[in-house]
This record gives sequence, structure tokens and C-alpha cells, in this order.
Amino acid sequence: MNAIDPYAGERLKTSPFHPRQRALNVRDAWTSWNGYQFALHYYDAEYEYFCIRNACATYDISPMQKYEIRGRDAEAMLNRMVTRDVAKIKPNRVAYCVWCTDAGRVIDDGTIFKLAGDRFMLTCGSPCAAWLEKSAFGFAEVQVTDLSDALAALSLQGPTSGAVLKKLGLNGVENAKPFDIQHFSFHCHELRVSRTGFTGDLGYELWIQPDLALELWDELYAAGEHHGIHPYGEAATNMARLEAGFIMPGMEFNEALKTVRFEHDQTPFELNLGWLVDFSKPHFSGRRALLAEQERGPRYTLTKLDIEGNRPAEDARIYANKRCTKEVGYVTSAMWSPAVKANIALAMIETEHAQGELWAEIHYEKELRQYSRVVRCQRKDQPFWAPARAKATPPPDC
Amino acid sequence: MNAYDAIVIGAGHNGLTNAAYLAKAGLKVIVLEKNDYIGGAAVSREVHEGWIYSNCSYVCSMMRQAIHRDLDLSRHGLLLVPYLGTVNFGQGEERLLSYHDEEAAYLELKRHSPHDADAMHRFQADLSRYAQLIRKTLMRTPPDPASFRPRDLMELLHLAKQFWSLGEREIYEYIRFFTMSAAEYLEDYFENDLIKAAMATPGIIGTALGVYSPGSAYVLLHHVMGDVDGAIGAWGLARGGMGAISNAIAGAVTEHGGEIRICAGVERVLVENRRAVGVALENGDEFRSRIVVSNLDARRTFTRIMDRRDLPEGIYEKARNFKIRGSSGKVNIALSGLPKFTGVPDNPHLNRGGQAFIGTLETLERAYDCWKRGRWSGDPFVESVIPSAWDPTVAPPGKHWMSNFVQYCPPQLVEGPWTPKRREQFGQTVIDKIERYSPGFKDLIVHMEVRTPHEIEQEIGLTEGNIFQGELTLDQLFFNRPFPGYGQYRMPVKNLYMCGSSTHPGGGVSAVCGANAAREILKDLRCPNSVPEDDFHDE
Ligand SMILES: Cc1cc2nc3c(=O)[nH]c(=O)nc-3n(C[C@H](O)[C@H](O)[C@H](O)COP(=O)(O)OP(=O)(O)OC[C@H]3O[C@@H](n4cnc5c(N)ncnc54)[C@H](O)[C@@H]3O)c2cc1C
Repeated sequence: MNAIDPYAGERLKTSPFHPRQRALNVRDAWTSWNGYQFALHYYDAEYEYFCIRNACATYDISPMQKYEIRGRDAEAMLNRMVTRDVAKIKPNRVAYCVWCTDAGRVIDDGTIFKLAGDRFMLTCGSPCAAWLEKSAFGFAEVQVTDLSDALAALSLQGPTSGAVLKKLGLNGVENAKPFDIQHFSFHCHELRVSRTGFTGDLGYELWIQPDLALELWDELYAAGEHHGIHPYGEAATNMARLEAGFIMPGMEFNEALKTVRFEHDQTPFELNLGWLVDFSKPHFSGRRALLAEQERGPRYTLTKLDIEGNRPAEDARIYANKRCTKEVGYVTSAMWSPAVKANIALAMIETEHAQGELWAEIHYEKELRQYSRVVRCQRKDQPFWAPARAKATPPPDC
Repeated sequence: MNAYDAIVIGAGHNGLTNAAYLAKAGLKVIVLEKNDYIGGAAVSREVHEGWIYSNCSYVCSMMRQAIHRDLDLSRHGLLLVPYLGTVNFGQGEERLLSYHDEEAAYLELKRHSPHDADAMHRFQADLSRYAQLIRKTLMRTPPDPASFRPRDLMELLHLAKQFWSLGEREIYEYIRFFTMSAAEYLEDYFENDLIKAAMATPGIIGTALGVYSPGSAYVLLHHVMGDVDGAIGAWGLARGGMGAISNAIAGAVTEHGGEIRICAGVERVLVENRRAVGVALENGDEFRSRIVVSNLDARRTFTRIMDRRDLPEGIYEKARNFKIRGSSGKVNIALSGLPKFTGVPDNPHLNRGGQAFIGTLETLERAYDCWKRGRWSGDPFVESVIPSAWDPTVAPPGKHWMSNFVQYCPPQLVEGPWTPKRREQFGQTVIDKIERYSPGFKDLIVHMEVRTPHEIEQEIGLTEGNIFQGELTLDQLFFNRPFPGYGQYRMPVKNLYMCGSSTHPGGGVSAVCGANAAREILKDLRCPNSVPEDDFHDE
């Protein structure tokens, strides 16, 4: 009896790693990402977070959007699109980028992999095909190919990740510097490894053709058996990236092309990503607006906060005074950081108040009763979590 | 030359915490430690090459977050990692599994007793209520109940207010709780013997009490009032072993300009005109200072490194009579692989966390009877954890080490003092018990470090090997710790203070004693306070 599934059109796709992940998702905790069924967590979000900080853990980034941009004009085209100078990226290096509308509002962030002089890969959280096509307009020799379903990817993060890759037999992986790309042979096919990640810790991303995904998973897990390897989901990712001070769409920024209300999206300067904007390179999308904003100063500034007490400041508003009469911003992401032992948050603060006193009004519940409390916030300039191993080459084994 | 504002004797984690806060307040501080390593009972040492044991304390829960955060211990290398899954081994094949997931935990209790599965909710609510009250007293100096100073009166009032907020019925219950035995207290909730036994074990750890001895209910509470990131009662491991805690605090001491000297055993506290003025080392060196702080236990401080003639009348006797009985042993075992336990599913989140080798309530009480007679039980209670299954830094990949805490182990044996041979026999008893639940366990053993109260006293200077620097009984708790009238860290000789676990709130790796003492010292020296308040916004 092979009845046709009447819900087939509504079911989510599954990633090439799904069979293994499904077996390990003891809690059946799933969410979705770009049409793929995606783990929220497997066993326990905090446990998985600690695997990232203490041992190593894998995160399935297959649902991420991946585009190959190829051709003589590929570099020029990307340079026209993103705010960073793509010409400065060396072959086999990765660069973090944002791209903007003409109004200088952030469409998305992502990474550019320079694979060869005329060959790049762009990765990002949301589909970007239409914008890429628009950006390629007028460039004669560029080909954009959507690799999203054609390339499986697994992020391996944590202090033992380097040791695990060595054990997997990736000779020389220890020589990779942060943002380096290396190429290995895996079952006679290419395994691309980049020293990148979204956790602020030592970590790598592995890129492989989908039909070898399970082989890679099995061999990686065999190599990691004695190094504490465990899968992690969206919940743990969100904790780790916040400690590292990384931004998330839908949290810190509203993608410009999906924004309805005037300036409810953000500029790179507002997101504290001014270092990604290079005015010395040829023209790029949003240049004029961003130049003006640089002059004027951004209206908001994304600010790292260390907040008094231990109650996460989720959805809290920020005030310039303890009496809460002068509202100056809002929290975008907040958590108690188990590693740093601090009550951390990212917040959008009106730039003119960003250097002054900051207070958060935090609401919480205890056994059904509502409470609130106004607590002092301290500004932080550095990421909350930045262990030396994340930058060390060769990295330590644990 | 050797002149300091403060000398701290002993680089236990409390001594280091004390020094960190004094240094942070701008004082010139030196910590003098007799051993060639720091940390006291919060220590990690590579006794066997490739393996790093937490030689004494092994799990962490009491460490106050406020101190961790304030001294920025994460930046100094400290990462506390919660571990999951404990298996309680009963008789034969009986197992009580502690699952992390609430639903799974409930179902597991229900498998043993539907009654107890429900009762667990009431038990946890009651215990949390008591724990909350105690937690709030941790980072506060106990008031002197006989004093009329405004500060003491205010603090008494503050306490009374907290206490009255429990409601009348609970106040009676609470007072009763303090004088009860763990077993009797649990009797009110549970019917299943293994559940009762498993819940009772924190009531005997480190103490010379049995599960049926009055006062063990409080010890139970003492072990569950800590937390890991707000999860009250949870325990974690320090990455790199418990020494990582002491090392991080030492990092803070140095950062604030304090000095730490090892191999500097103090022989005498120098007293002139009834004031402490410095110390003399065993090697003859002398150091002078405005104040002297002892991290040693009360017995040791007053009977070993002080001249009896320098003490006011009665203090020597008080110190001699201070209850500090050794009752625990520790066996650290390096293993060539992960042990497997019978009757435990091959679930990696369960079979490599903690193991409590119990038996029954009766087993626990009989083991206590042996201790009273100066023997160790042939069927001891062993509480184990396999840190290497969680922490990649403490054993080579694929290899493991198991920490085994043994209750009870006498400080002296009926047949005479501890000898290496008797120590090995004690270790053998422990691995015999584990082997019963893990056939083949002995074949995995690569190295063993067996520690009886004798070794613990010799190495760390914990008198009789008492892990808490003094029993946690009501007569020695709160304003009675270490002695009535001296519950505020100031000792009977002027400019002499205590900062170790012999003071409020007692034993465990909490850093609180050291921090509280620093706050009092800074008050006396009229320095601005550098010690943070505890952080209880969510309680
Ligand atoms: C076997 C064992 C297991 C334990 N398990 C746990 C656990 O799992 N979790 C937990 O929270 N707690 C545990 N504890 C209790 C906890 O470790 C202690 O209460 C705590 O570490 C005591 O710290 P302290 O700084 O007060 O004193 P100590 O650690 O006793 O420090 C005193 C220091 O003084 C030094 N010293 C002694 N004499 C002299 C001298 N004459 N001159 C100079 N220096 C001197 C010693 O060498 C030592 O470094 C355990 C203790 C033991 C012994």
C-alpha cells in the first residue's frame, strides 16, 4: 500500500546529514531553515552549548544558501555588490561581508570564499538569487550558480575540533589560519575545509558533495568519539554566537528587502560593522548613502552590554536614566552566559546616548507572578567570549 | 623588606579569594603556602603522567557566581561544565537513573514507585524553600546574637524578616529540619528504599554522621543549595579539574598585584602586645604585616601555628574541642577505557556522568557503624564521577579517570595508625565494590591514588582529613562557626582573622569564606569594600 502522502507539498526537505541527525535527535526538537527540517536541539541546548565551549560539536549548515560566482567579471561584480573590498581577498581565503540597498540598508550578511581568481562562493542565511542576478546586471562575464542543494556543509566547532580533523586524516589542517581554505581528498572527491564558524571559538566548516555527506559524518564521528563530539542545533548556536558578539537576521537586523516600515532596517554602521565598509574601493551599492551616514553618524549603534543581575534582558527596553523616563534603545538578543558568567546582551542604542548611562527594564515571572526590575548596563567593547585558541595557529588539541 | 599589609597563610581557594579581594582593594598582600602547589583541597595534579586528577574535591556547585563574575575568573581560564546523568546503584540489579529531562526523570521514579514520583515534587519544593533561605545568608557576615551593636541588630532583624516570610507552619518545619536526620526527614516523603537512600547520601558526605544521626538533614541541604548557572542543586566540573578554580583565583590575585609564595610553610604567627604582627616560616624567614589571615582550619590555626600563651584564656581548649573528625576517603583511578556498568543502558548521557554505589539505607548505616569502631566498611558508600568523559583536558583521548569519594573512612584505625599496606587494602575494598557493578573494571586500572584521612591531613593540612574544615552541625554553623562569639572572621587575637572553611558558611568550594572575611578585614582597615554582594535577583 503505497498511498500518496497528501501533505507531501507541505513537508520540509531534509538535509543530506538528516538520517544521522534524526537518530540523535532524542527530543524530536525540530524547527526549519530555508525549507529544511532543522534541529532546534538534539539532547539539551545548554549541554550542546557546552560541547562547543568544552569539546567539539557539529552544526548542519547545509540549509545555508551557497552560490558560485564565476567568470572574468566575478570579482568586479561582487565588489559592486558588497561593501568590503573583494579585490583584497587572497585566493583560498574567506571574508565576512554585508551587502546593502542603494539606501545603505543591510540586505544580508555572509561570507565570500575566494576559490580562484575568477571563482568565488558566497554563503548567506537567506536566499539571495534574485539580488545576485540584479547585481550581475551589466557584467558581461559572470555566471551565478545556486549550489545550495548541491553542496552539503557541516560546521565543526570547539576546542577539540582541530584534533578531530587531524584524526580524520586531514594532514596539515593544523596549519590553516583563521579564514583559510584548504582542499583535501575524501573518497577521491574534494573535501573543502575552511577555518570559519559562527561561535567565536576554534572551529572549521566542511564542504562536501551531498552523496558523500553520510560517509563524512560517520568518519568524523568515529574520529571524534574520544574528543566529545556531539551535534548541536539552533538554540546552542544562538548562545555561542551571542557570546561571540555576532549578529543574526531577525534579531539584530531586519533584512532590508523584506522591511516594510521606513528605516526599520539597519545600516552597517548601526550594526557596528563600519569596518566592513570600504570607501576607497570602486563604487558599490549603497556607497553614497553610507558616505552620508558616516558624516552624519548612525542613528543607532549596536552595543554589547553586560547587565547587572542574572535575569536575561530579553525584549527589554533601554533607558538613559534609572527612572526610565528617557528611552534610548532596545535589546535585540540577551542571555545569561554560562561560560563568561555574565548577563550579556546586544542592544540597539541611539548613538547620541550610547556613551551615557544605560539602564534596562527587565520583566520576568516567578510562579505566575510578574515582576520587573531596573538594572544598570555596562558597555563592552570586546566580544564577551574570545579564547586565544580561536586565533592560534597551530591550535591546541583541547 | 618583608613588610605587607596582609599575610594570608595557606593558598587554599579561600585563602586565594581573600587575598584577591584584599589586593583588589589596594592592599599589599602575600599568600604563603606550605606545599609546592596551590589550591589546598581544590587542586588538580598530574600524579600519573598524562592524567590530571582532581585529587580532593571533584565537583562544583557552591562556587558563588557573584565571585566568579566579579573576579572575572572566566578570563583567568575557568570554565564550569555541568555534567548530566547519575546512576544510583542499589542491591543486585536495582538501579535508579537520574535523567536530565524532567519527563524522563519522572517516569524513572514512577518505575520504582508512583507514590514517590509524585512526592518528589513536594520534596523539591520544600527543599528549595529551605535552600533559598540559606543561600541568602551565604555571602553575609553572621550577626553576633549577643551584641547590641547596630550592625548586628540590623542583621538579626534582616534574618528574622527572611525567616518570618516563610509563614508560621514552615518556620516550625524549618527548625525541626535542622535537628533531624536525613533518613527521618526523607521518611516523610518517600517509600522506596533506593530512592530514600539515593536522596540521603548528600546528608553523609564528608561528615561524621550517619543517615540516621540528627543533623544530617542539614548536611543534605548544604550539598543541594549550590547551583550551576541558576540550576539549584546541579553540579558541574571545572574544565582542567578543580585546580582550575584555584588557579583562576590565583590569576586574579596576581592581576591585582598580590604575591603568592609556595614552599613557604608557616610555623608561627608572631604576636606582640596581644596583636598579630606577622609570621615566621619553617625555614626561619619572617614576614611582617598589619594583619594576618589564616586559611587553616580552626584546630590547626590555634593549636599548631600559634603559641598557646598568645591566646586569651579558653581559646586553645575551644580549638582543641572543635569538632573536626575525619570520615572520608578518596580513590582516584586512571583507566585505560570507559568502564561499563551492569543494568545501565548504553546511553552516553547516562552511563558516564556520576555513579553512586549505594546498596540500601542499611548499607549506609552499617558503613557508619564501622567508622565509629575505627574500621572501614567492606561495603562502603562510593560516590563517583568520570570527569574525563566530559573534560578533554584531563586524560589522553580514549583514556579516562574516575574520581571515587568514599564515605566512610576513619582517621585512625582500631589496630593502629594508617600504613601504606592498610591504605592499599582500603583502596582494594573500594575497587571490589565497583567491580561488583562493573565486571572487568579492575582490568582497566592504569594507576590509583588512594587517599585516606591520613593523606588528606598530611598533604593539605585538613585536620583529621575533615573535608569541611570542621563538622557542619548546628553548634558549629552560622554565628557559631568556628566558635560562638567569633563568627565574624575576627579572631581572639587582634589583627588575626580566619578565612577558610572553618568559618561561615563552611566547607565546599564556594570561595565565600574568603570573600566574607575580606569584607570584614577591609571594614576594620577602613578600606573601601571590594567584595560584591550576592546576586539573587531571580530568587
Ligand atoms: C577528599 C575531598 C573531597 C571533597 N569534595 C568536594 C567536592 O566535590 N565539592 C566541594 O565543593 N567541596 C569538596 N570538598 C571540600 C572542599 O574541597 C573544601 O571545603 C575546600 O576546598 C576548602 O578550601 P579552603 O580554602 O577553605 O581550605 P584548604 O583547601 O584546606 O586550604 C588550606 C591551605 O593551607 C595550606 N596550609 C596548611 N598549613 C599550612 C601552613 N602551616 N603554612 C602554610 N600553608 C599551610 C594547605 O596546604 C592548603 O593549601 C572536598 C574535600 C576533600 C578533602
